[in-house]
Amino acid sequence: MGMEGRFHSVKLLEEKCKGCTNCIKRCPTEAIRVREGKAVINAARCIDCGECVRTCENHAKTIIANSIDDLKNYDYTIALPAPALYSQLGRASGPDEVVWALQEIGFDAVCDVSFGADIVTECTRRHLISHPKPRPVISAACPAVVRLIQVRYPNLISHVARVESPMYAAARVARVEAAEKLGIAGDRIGVFFISPCAAKVTAVIAPLGSEFSYVDGAISISDIYGELMTELGRGRSARPMHRGSNLGFAWANSSGELKALGLHNVLAVDGIHNVLGLLEEVDNGRLAGVDYIEALACPAGCVGGPATVENPFVARARMIEISKAVEADSAEALSEARRLVDERGTDFFALQGELTALSGLEIDPRLEVAIAKMSELERVLARLPGLDCGACGSPTCRAHAEDVVCGNASEVDCVFKLREAMEEVAEELLRLAKTDLPSLQRRNDK
Amino acid sequence: MYRGGNDGQAIDRAGAAFSGAASPHSEPVLEMSFRVDRYDFAAAGEAASKIKQVLRQLGMAPELVRRAAVAAYEAEMNLVIHSEGGQILLRVDTEKVTLVACDGGPGMPDVSLAMREGYSTAPDEIREMGFGAGMGLPNMKRCSDSFSIESEVGRGTTVTAAIRIA
Repeated sequence: MGMEGRFHSVKLLEEKCKGCTNCIKRCPTEAIRVREGKAVINAARCIDCGECVRTCENHAKTIIANSIDDLKNYDYTIALPAPALYSQLGRASGPDEVVWALQEIGFDAVCDVSFGADIVTECTRRHLISHPKPRPVISAACPAVVRLIQVRYPNLISHVARVESPMYAAARVARVEAAEKLGIAGDRIGVFFISPCAAKVTAVIAPLGSEFSYVDGAISISDIYGELMTELGRGRSARPMHRGSNLGFAWANSSGELKALGLHNVLAVDGIHNVLGLLEEVDNGRLAGVDYIEALACPAGCVGGPATVENPFVARARMIEISKAVEADSAEALSEARRLVDERGTDFFALQGELTALSGLEIDPRLEVAIAKMSELERVLARLPGLDCGACGSPTCRAHAEDVVCGNASEVDCVFKLREAMEEVAEELLRLAKTDLPSLQRRNDK
Repeated sequence: MYRGGNDGQAIDRAGAAFSGAASPHSEPVLEMSFRVDRYDFAAAGEAASKIKQVLRQLGMAPELVRRAAVAAYEAEMNLVIHSEGGQILLRVDTEKVTLVACDGGPGMPDVSLAMREGYSTAPDEIREMGFGAGMGLPNMKRCSDSFSIESEVGRGTTVTAAIRIA
């Protein structure tokens, strides 16, 4: 598999990068190095969690996504707003005003991803009944978490729920309905996800399991925030094709999916480093008795995504208000979701294709070479200061030792090793300077 | 995070355990050691996690990594709960992954009893923490292709588990 060619939405803006070491220290897969004064992302390791986008104070990391201009390639366009979008636009704008604003900036229709979340909740309940093993099942809703499992925890791939994410569930429903209603070919309909994060943009362009993406493009919330705010506040409103229940909207906050499922023996984790710690526990078989895990890469959940604008905790509070505001119509949304799952079957909303282990962490494909390199790595590491300062451009001393044995760095890239080497050279110079020349030597008087 | 390297007696015995299995050719061999302290529950599991990471980086098959990680974890917990402290040694060559857990005491009076599923000498407070179910050694054996225990009361215990690389 051509890992180097794997698509990533997270990209570096070279002119803004100062070559500091903030991003390399936060990357959960140690995918970034600073080389020649700029951050370099290793495509084989990157999971598009967007942690570096969030961390970079110079805004040198960006999310490459579609723009409103791309809508003109289709006869009919549908926006699929992530529930998190509604948490971003201030207290004055209700859900129907946001739908109107989306139509004003260019979309023909809107289908709420919160409705897709209701469908996925229903499918997940049925999946848990029909798949008693293995436990715990891990939610497939966050693509950064699924990629983290593919790269770092291949043993847990079988634990990932075989259910599509809410975005795909909404896309499938919206595309089929629009094609039937308007009598136009499915491929003339452009379905665009309005994304709170980089991972979902990548999932649209390079889907997790399947070859074919049911979503045609993804637009970052932060990219259209300004345009939407201009259209809001005019008191105009419109209805979406489908609107989710209060529980569907709650998915945008961490623990929301669990709230919607309403099951026992479940747990929720958010923030990619917390997810890493928890997956380690699952991988070691220490979570016996837990049936289901909701794991979201972003702190506070999707409302804290790297493509959002609002403070995540303000957004979280706003999300709770929105959930309350749509509560009245929720029973109807939930029964419609159930009806669709009955009609189409859970297979229609099942994860397409196989999830495979992704290589990226191995130090060499040949075992005997890998063993030799690992032995050397431990020897190099023992010589390094163990301060994990990052000044060499690698996130930790261990990562630096790995880079040294893989030929991607030199031991004296470490400032402490460099100082030692300079001291040795200086001592040698001093010794030489003190050496007597034969012509200047005085005879010793005995 | 590389701990250890200076626990004399236990290391010597582990070294002896290794030397018998040394490969005849000058094949590459990786050896690492990890110190494990008695009742250090805060650090418990770190050696197993580190071993898992190393095996993953070596490109070992996920299933083999899982078995080795379980064996290493059980060995580590045994040292934390039952021993006066000891070492875990990891040795990898192109044929197998070997784990050696050795401690300086107290040693087991009856090894066959210790191997019986459900048998444990763990005190109540350890059982309340969810450990001491008497599955540690049987679990380790189940994950290994070859498995042996040497123990002497007053001297210590050495558990050796090897997993073949298919």
